[in-house]
Amino acid sequence: MSNARDPVEYTARAVERARRAGATACDAVMVEVESSSTSVRLGEVETVKLSRERRLGLRCFADQASAVASTADLDGDALDAFAQQVVDMARAVAPDPFAGLPGAASLATDVPDLELADPAGLELSPEERVARARRCEAAALEADPRLVNSEGADFSLGSARVAYASSAGFSGSYRSTSYSLSVAPIAQENGAMQRDYWYDASRSLARLADPESIGRTAAVRTLRRLGARPVPTQQVPVVFDPQTAATLLSHLAGAVCGGTLYRRASFLLDKLGAEIASPHVTVIDDGRLLRGLASRPFDAEGLATRRTVVVERGTLRSYLLDGYAARKLALESSTGSASRSVGDVPGASPTNFHLAPGPHAPADIIGSVQRGLYVTSLSGFGVNGVTGDYSRGASGIWIENGELTHPVEEVTIAGNLLRMYRDIEQVGDDLTFRSSIASPTVKIRLMTVAGR
Amino acid sequence: MTQNAGDGTPQTFFFDRFGLDASALEATLGSALARRADFADLYFEFRTVQGVALEEGSVKKTTHSVSQGVGVRVLAGEKTGYAYSDEVSVERLQVAAEHARQIASSAAESTAVDLRRVQPSRAHALYPVASADIARPLPERIALLERVDRAARAYDPRIVNVMASLAIEEKVVLIANSAGELVSDRQPLLRLQVACIAEHEGRRHSASAGGGGRVAFDFLIDDEERAIAFAREAARQAVVAFDAVDTPAGQMTVVLGPGWPGVLLHEAVGHGLEGDFNRKGTSAFSKLLGQRVASELCTVVDDGTLPSRRGSLNVDDEGTPTRRNVLIEKGRLTGYLQDRLNARLMGVEPTGNGRRESFMHYPMPRMTNTFMLAGEDDPQDIIRSVDRGLYAVSFGGGQVDITNGKFVFSASEAYLIEGGRIGAPVKDATLIGNGPDVLTRISRVGSDLKLDEGIGVCGKDGQSVPVGVGLPTVRIDGLTVGGTQA
Repeated sequence: MSNARDPVEYTARAVERARRAGATACDAVMVEVESSSTSVRLGEVETVKLSRERRLGLRCFADQASAVASTADLDGDALDAFAQQVVDMARAVAPDPFAGLPGAASLATDVPDLELADPAGLELSPEERVARARRCEAAALEADPRLVNSEGADFSLGSARVAYASSAGFSGSYRSTSYSLSVAPIAQENGAMQRDYWYDASRSLARLADPESIGRTAAVRTLRRLGARPVPTQQVPVVFDPQTAATLLSHLAGAVCGGTLYRRASFLLDKLGAEIASPHVTVIDDGRLLRGLASRPFDAEGLATRRTVVVERGTLRSYLLDGYAARKLALESSTGSASRSVGDVPGASPTNFHLAPGPHAPADIIGSVQRGLYVTSLSGFGVNGVTGDYSRGASGIWIENGELTHPVEEVTIAGNLLRMYRDIEQVGDDLTFRSSIASPTVKIRLMTVAGR
Repeated sequence: MTQNAGDGTPQTFFFDRFGLDASALEATLGSALARRADFADLYFEFRTVQGVALEEGSVKKTTHSVSQGVGVRVLAGEKTGYAYSDEVSVERLQVAAEHARQIASSAAESTAVDLRRVQPSRAHALYPVASADIARPLPERIALLERVDRAARAYDPRIVNVMASLAIEEKVVLIANSAGELVSDRQPLLRLQVACIAEHEGRRHSASAGGGGRVAFDFLIDDEERAIAFAREAARQAVVAFDAVDTPAGQMTVVLGPGWPGVLLHEAVGHGLEGDFNRKGTSAFSKLLGQRVASELCTVVDDGTLPSRRGSLNVDDEGTPTRRNVLIEKGRLTGYLQDRLNARLMGVEPTGNGRRESFMHYPMPRMTNTFMLAGEDDPQDIIRSVDRGLYAVSFGGGQVDITNGKFVFSASEAYLIEGGRIGAPVKDATLIGNGPDVLTRISRVGSDLKLDEGIGVCGKDGQSVPVGVGLPTVRIDGLTVGGTQA
C-alpha cells in the first residue's frame, strides 16, 4: 500500500498549502473508506465487490467569497496546484456576508469515543462473509414453499476514517465501521409474485441481528403481501409501521434543516415555538448516540455534536443549523449539525433523528382501529417540502374491527404533513435504530386512501 | 485548469497519465482470468465536474471535482467479481484483478489476451463537442446564471427566490476486455437546473425546470435562448400553483401531455424489461415476450443513438455500441434491455444497455432514451374526448416495484378536465398503476411526440445514470389518482 500518509496529515497539509496560495481562511475534509460486499442468490455467490476510496475536499475563502473542490490526486505537486485552483475559483465568485468559518471559541475541544468502530468483524474471511449471506437467504426461503425465488442476500462491511482540519484552529479525526445484512425473497401464489425484504445494520458485528432472524422476518413480510388488492377510495385512520413511520420523520428532518429554511422552502418556516404536532410527539436529533449509525464526535465545521430536542410534546423547539444557516437566519448559533460530502459546502443535516417512543404496544394501536390501513411500504416522491402536501403510493394490510385482514396494494395515501403530525393519535413503544432516522409505530387519525 | 483531459485520444490520455501500455492491460486481464472465468474487463475513468450555483441573485458557490480510477471485473457463470481502485497503477491493477477473480474457484491456465486482435466495431460520433466548447470560463458561466435569475424574476413579481445551477461534466473512459476489445469514449454532459420560489399572501410554492444534454455551452444561449426559456418555465409553474385546487382521489381517465410525462414508460415498463430481472424471473414482465402488454397504438423504443441526447452513448460502459431497441411493437413485447452478462446467460445479443455510474460500480442493464412513437390523433381532440379526468403535463419522480409491477409517479403540474376542456390546476398528486396493465388502457396516442429537455436521472441498486424519456399526448382509461378529495 502506498497510502502511508495519514488523513490527518493530508488535511493539515491542504490547509497549509491553501493558506500559502492566498486563502484568507480554509478548511479540508478527508474520507478514506474500504468496504466489501458479498451477495448470494439461491445459495450461490452472485457478486463479490471490494472498494477502496480516498478523497479530499478543500474549501477556500477569499475574504467573504468561497469555493470548494475535491480530488483523489493527493501526492507530489498535485495538492499545491489543487489548492491554487480552489483559491482562484473563490476569487471569481461574489462575496457572501454570511460566509465564514466558526470562531475559535466555539470549536470542539475534545473528540469523545462514541464506540463507532469495532474492527473485530473486519477480519471475517471471504468464506465466512459468504456463509452469513447464505444462511440468511436460506432461512428466508425455507420458511414456506411459496417462497420460490430471491433477489439474494447481501452482507456488507466497511471501515472509514474521517479527518477534518481548518485554519480556525481545529484538527481531528475519527474511525468508524459498519456491518449490514439484508435479504429480499420472492413469493408466488396464483401466478402473482410479491417481493419484500428485511435487514439489519450496526457499527459492530457482534450486535448485528443473526442471519436466520433477518431471513425469517423477510419471509413473513413477503408472504403477507400475497393476494394484495386495492380497496375503495375512502378516508380512514392510517397506522404506519416503524419502517414507514421513519419516512415521516425524514420529511420532518428536511423541513427543520437550515438550508430549506433560509431558502424559504420549508413548510415549517417561522414555526419555532409553535405547535406543529400532537402532544404525543417528541423528536430528538442525537449526534452522540453511542454506536449510532449517524453519530460523530464533531461536525463538518469542527463544532461539538450534541443532543437536540427538535419537537417537545408537539411544540417545535429547535431547528438544525450549521454556522452559515444560523447567521443567515439570525438565530443564536449552530446546533453542531454541519455535514458535508467531500466535494461540497457544509450544510445542516440530521444525525440520529428519531421520534421518542410512546406507551402503546403496536398490537394495541392496530387493535384501536375500527377500519383503516396498516402501511408497511411506501413508494414515489409525492411530498412537497414547501407546502407539506403529501401523496404517496402505499401497500400494507387492511384493518377491520381491530384485526389485520387482507393485504392491500395499488393505493395512494394523501394529506398534508403539518396536518398529519397534528393528527398523530398514538405512538408505539417499539423504537429500534436500524437506520439513522428511526420511529416507533405511529397512528394518524384520518387520511385519504385512493384506490378503486 | 490544471487537470483536464484535453482533446487528445482517450487511450493516449490514460496511457500517458498513468504510465500504462497495452501489454500492462493484457497482463492484468490475463491475471484476472487466471482461474476458470468466462470474461474479464477493465474500465478506466477520468471525470471532472465543474459546478456553479446562484442563489438570492448572485453566484456564491462554485465547485470542481476530479475523480479517476479503474474497475476490474471478472465473470464466471452467473458470478461477478468486482474490485476498483482510485489509484491507477500497474500494482493496484494486479491487486484488484486478484480480488475480482475470487469468485472463480478452480485454478486454470493463465489466459493470453491480445488487445490488438479485435478491430473495434464502427462507433457512433453522437456528441462531437470539444472541451473548450463546453467548459467555458467561470465568468461566462456566472453571467449566464445571472441572466437566468433576472428572467425568472421578471416573469412574475411573486417570484421571491431563484436557485439556478449549472453542471459541466467531462468524462473520458477506456474499456479493455478479455475478448481483445479496446474501446474508448469522451462523454460531455451539461445540465442547467432552475428552481423558483413564489410567495404571495403568506403562501409559498416552488417549481423547477431545466435541461441540457451532451452538448456545447452554446446550447443554452443560441437563438432559442433555452436557458431563459427554462427560467420562465420554472417561474410559470411556481405561480400556477397558487390557483391549485384539491386533487380528486380515485380512478379516472388521465391524459398525459407530451415530453417529460414519458417517465411513465420508464417506470411502468422500462425497468421491468431490464435483462437481469427477466433472467432471474423476478420481473412482472418475465416470460411475457411475444405477448400483448399494451394497446395496438403503442410502440415503445429505447434508443441510445440519438445525437446530443442526455441518455445517449457512443458505446455503453462495457464498450458495446448503443442501438435502437424496440421494446414493444404495436402492443406486443418484443425485447429486453441487455448487458453482456445477462445477454450471455439468456443466449441473446447484448443491446448496448450495459451501464454503470462510475468506476466504483459494475455495469447492469439500464435504459438510455426511452419513448413511445407518435400516433395519429390531434392532441386537442384527445383532451376534448374526456368528459371528466385529469390532464398531467409535468412530473417529479417515479418508482416501480419490479416484482409485482406496481408503479407510482408524481404529477407536479396537472389540471382537471371538465366537459372536454382544461379546468383548474390541482395540487401535487401521485398516480399509481400496474406496469403490465397500464399500457393496455391507452386509447388515444397523439401525433406530437416530444423528448424531455435533458434532466433525467435514473437510480437502480444505488447507481445513478443520466437518461432521457419521451411521449406523445396519450389518453389512459382508468388510472388511480392519489388526491385528498374522496
